[in-house]
Amino acid sequence: MDLIWQGFVEALKLLFGGNADVYQVALRSLWVSTLALAVASLLGVPLGAALALNRFPGRRLAIAVVNTGMGVPPVVVGLVVAMLLARNGPLGALRLLYTPSAMVVAQVLIALPIVAGLASAALQQLDPGYRLQVKALGAGRTRGVALLLREVQVPLLAALMAAFGGVISEVGAVMMVGGNIQGQTQVLTTGIVQQTRAGQYAAAIALSIILLMLVFATNLAMTLIQQRGRHG
Amino acid sequence: MGRRILRASALIAVASVLPMLVAVGCGGDTGQGAGAASASYRASQLILATTTSVKDSGLLDEAILPAFAKAHPDMTVKTIAVGSGEALAMGERGEADVLLVHSPKDEAAFMAAGYGTLRLPVAYNYFVIVGPAADPAGVAAAATAADAFRVIAASGATFVSRGDESGTQKKELEIWEAAGVRPDASHYVSTGQGMGETLQIASEKRAYTLTDLATYLSMEKTLDLRVLTRQSPDLKNSYSVIIVSQLEHASVNAAGAELFAALLVSPEGQRLIAAFGRAKYGRPLFYPDAEALGTGG
Repeated sequence: MDLIWQGFVEALKLLFGGNADVYQVALRSLWVSTLALAVASLLGVPLGAALALNRFPGRRLAIAVVNTGMGVPPVVVGLVVAMLLARNGPLGALRLLYTPSAMVVAQVLIALPIVAGLASAALQQLDPGYRLQVKALGAGRTRGVALLLREVQVPLLAALMAAFGGVISEVGAVMMVGGNIQGQTQVLTTGIVQQTRAGQYAAAIALSIILLMLVFATNLAMTLIQQRGRHG
Repeated sequence: MGRRILRASALIAVASVLPMLVAVGCGGDTGQGAGAASASYRASQLILATTTSVKDSGLLDEAILPAFAKAHPDMTVKTIAVGSGEALAMGERGEADVLLVHSPKDEAAFMAAGYGTLRLPVAYNYFVIVGPAADPAGVAAAATAADAFRVIAASGATFVSRGDESGTQKKELEIWEAAGVRPDASHYVSTGQGMGETLQIASEKRAYTLTDLATYLSMEKTLDLRVLTRQSPDLKNSYSVIIVSQLEHASVNAAGAELFAALLVSPEGQRLIAAFGRAKYGRPLFYPDAEALGTGG
């Protein structure tokens, strides 16, 4: 109990004491995961729409693969990406290993199936009558899809929040592809692990509180967008 | 709606991947003032593979790396802390440029196989055996590490091991071999993790373990363990720097590795090593060990 209280006090000191190290670690967490979410959304929403709204051979298998992707352990994604980006690996020439960019790539791969799978499910829930109506009213293909997406914006935003939560809180992938290098690739989650390993529990709890606050703030913003116009 | 959506998706996919590639191409390190995308920038990245005990002691982050950054501001050092075994494996694969490890037998095998061009001793310190303050096995009375391990096995006390191919674990196995005994499986816990976690587990279980002094001192306040051994020759822990061979893998930054190794064995580097930890712990954590270069050693 004493330890948790100490951690809380330490967290406040770190937050408001202008500790530059903590700020850059928190900023890096936010930056990496937000960029990953943005790219995963740009790729995943159209993918989800394509899966939901088309009929093609192997469609159910494709959906199953995407849904499986939601459950792949981040550390496995990290391992695969690290092997690909390793100096002597297939993409070694990019020199991306142990950089924040590699971390973004890994997190995109984690977030993408979540966004695509949940977007697809949301669109499949739509009343087929509504889809026909949109077509009948003369909406072009792209505009039609846009209208459908607008109709499912509540579950769609929930998908984005789920994906964001998934990537900002994962530690396996960013540890493997980033290396937790101080001042370069350390993020909140790997920082928490490092402080815990060193027995610095107060610092670990402090970073945990900062991480929770970040996640809450981001989700609050997205929830407000999601719930606008809905009362009660 | 069918194929149009697929086409639109493909377009959007390409459109969003492109900026990512651009961002990625313009210097992978957003934390470094991105933009320098030339090959020479990439050549000035140095990957240092070292052990978790060295990294956790703070010697690199607080003393060596700042000195190196000052001397070579154009170089970026990426310190990857793993066990000695994995560090050497990284060197074999050409995934690291310079190694700072403490596993003499494995290092010798590494050099004999031709994976490294140069190996230089840098520092040494002593492992210690830590255990519960009550010391039920009577380790404090043992003269050597091998004796200590014998009494631990005999008393049925629990021993916690790193279990991760690290230099520390290799040393532990050597001592068990010298002692000629092993504790039975139910009293031997293998954590597969770094020294910090292993110490915490040993503390929770009121067990014995082998640790480097630096990690123990940095965590002393949070542990219920006490140092039980004196310095003894079979607890000596030698650190060496190895320059990975560029002949095996052309991608190795041998020039950078040489600069780093040079700093470690230079009088300045040795001074930094000797001074480290004195202010914080009242005692040195490492003893300088580099032979003066040019004496034919």
